[in-house]
Amino acid sequence: MKGTGKMIPLMLRMLVKKPDTILYPAQKAHVEEHFRGALKFDQALCIGCKLCMRVCPSAAIEIERVSETEKVFQAYVRMDRCIFCGQCVDTCPKKALENTENFELASTDKESLRKAI
Amino acid sequence: MAKMMIPLGPQHPALEEPESFSLLLDGERIAAATVALGYNHRGMEKACESRTYIQDIYLLERICGICSHSHSSSYVQAVEAIAGIEIPKRAAYLRTLIGELERVHSHLLWLGIAGHEIGFQTLFMFVWRDRELVMDLLERLTGNRVNYGMNTIGGVRRDIDSTQTEEVLKALDILEARTSYYIKVCTEEQSIIGRLAGVGKLPREDALRLGAVGPVLRASGVRRDMRKDDPYDAYSELDFNVITDDHADVLGRTVVRVFEIMESYKICRQVVRNMPDGPIAVKVPAKIPTGEAFSRYEAPRGEDIHYVRSNGTDRPERVKVRAPTLANLASITNMIEGGYLADVPIVIAAIDPCFSCTDRMIRVQDSRSGREDRYDWAGLRQYSIDWYKKRGVDLSQTKAAWKD
Repeated sequence: MKGTGKMIPLMLRMLVKKPDTILYPAQKAHVEEHFRGALKFDQALCIGCKLCMRVCPSAAIEIERVSETEKVFQAYVRMDRCIFCGQCVDTCPKKALENTENFELASTDKESLRKAI
Repeated sequence: MAKMMIPLGPQHPALEEPESFSLLLDGERIAAATVALGYNHRGMEKACESRTYIQDIYLLERICGICSHSHSSSYVQAVEAIAGIEIPKRAAYLRTLIGELERVHSHLLWLGIAGHEIGFQTLFMFVWRDRELVMDLLERLTGNRVNYGMNTIGGVRRDIDSTQTEEVLKALDILEARTSYYIKVCTEEQSIIGRLAGVGKLPREDALRLGAVGPVLRASGVRRDMRKDDPYDAYSELDFNVITDDHADVLGRTVVRVFEIMESYKICRQVVRNMPDGPIAVKVPAKIPTGEAFSRYEAPRGEDIHYVRSNGTDRPERVKVRAPTLANLASITNMIEGGYLADVPIVIAAIDPCFSCTDRMIRVQDSRSGREDRYDWAGLRQYSIDWYKKRGVDLSQTKAAWKD
């Protein structure tokens, strides 16, 4: 049929080229800079205002007071709920929260999905 | 020969999402078709009412995994209109940039799917390879590949710097070269033209009468695009063409989409070059004054409509979403009637359907008695236990996974 096979030259060129895909997880997947991945918490900066808890669209973050005498707080994130929108990071008045580039968060144990960060 | 009714869906290999089509066949040809909606209801509109305006952005962004920016932009536009806020110019330009990059990736995705539906797997593979370029670009600019989280009420959340501007321009050059190649393939390759020409005809009058939107409408020769007709963001200051085509079939829809990608590159270049300096967001109080607003946005699939009503609190009283697929579904029966059964998958795919975005409300009605039934949690659980008991399975002792 006339006018067919327009993509054959491109296909033939691909025979001598390296694949475009990578062998994840043997090869590390590339993540762009400033990717919104897992949260990181800085205990020294947190003042316990709990604004992050109030803005979270999926009720994924919890701030708990860990000391009876001092104002020390610990953040817990429920990874099964977090949607990685980063609104808590934007809202935090003391910049105690931050997004990291870590995206390998899968787990086979449901209990471990709620973790201290 | 006797006519035969066959179902296509709700679960069907040609459909990416569940949707039910009933086709009345007269031999190989379709004599009549009906569409039944309601397999993907997620209760999002109701969920919006119990969340704050900021939380709703992230919820509504997840209506669609492909036009996520369109839904969130349409929603924030409505909220900004109620609050009487004008967003900074730089924010409008940034929203336009992300919106156009989203259109590029959505149309490339569609082109790949169309190739897949007509058995042209080579096109599918190569187009999706090149789509990764724009996905990576979006990830670099916004922090995520799919749900960008770029919008906030009063502006955008992230700014772009000069190195990112350079990266955008560099990626656009590569993408433009590759897209030109696909345009050549789609308009010259005889196997594509032979497969798509004359399939799924939707004449101009029918398209207008049935309220088709987006590329489906433009492929029927109607020049309608919200970016021109009701400009939002920065579109009134940009120079671009509305692509139309007179084929009024699946080939026309393909042509409109591939040329629209080229227009998007043109828009992106203008946006990046003419980006004004200044702030990217204005502060908006959490409580939005009483009022209502209606917002239109040209999503990659067509006109997306959001309606928001506020009551002076920090939560909306009502949010209504009309996704473009709902507007296009009415014309699907028109397109497939009279055609061949083997053409149905590509005709359905040609409206770029997004059934999950479309389903908004469910009314349970008994088809014989016309009686409507509504259940609460406990009632629904009891109904399911009784249903299984009749079939010999006793689930009454099973513990509920949720709290009543």
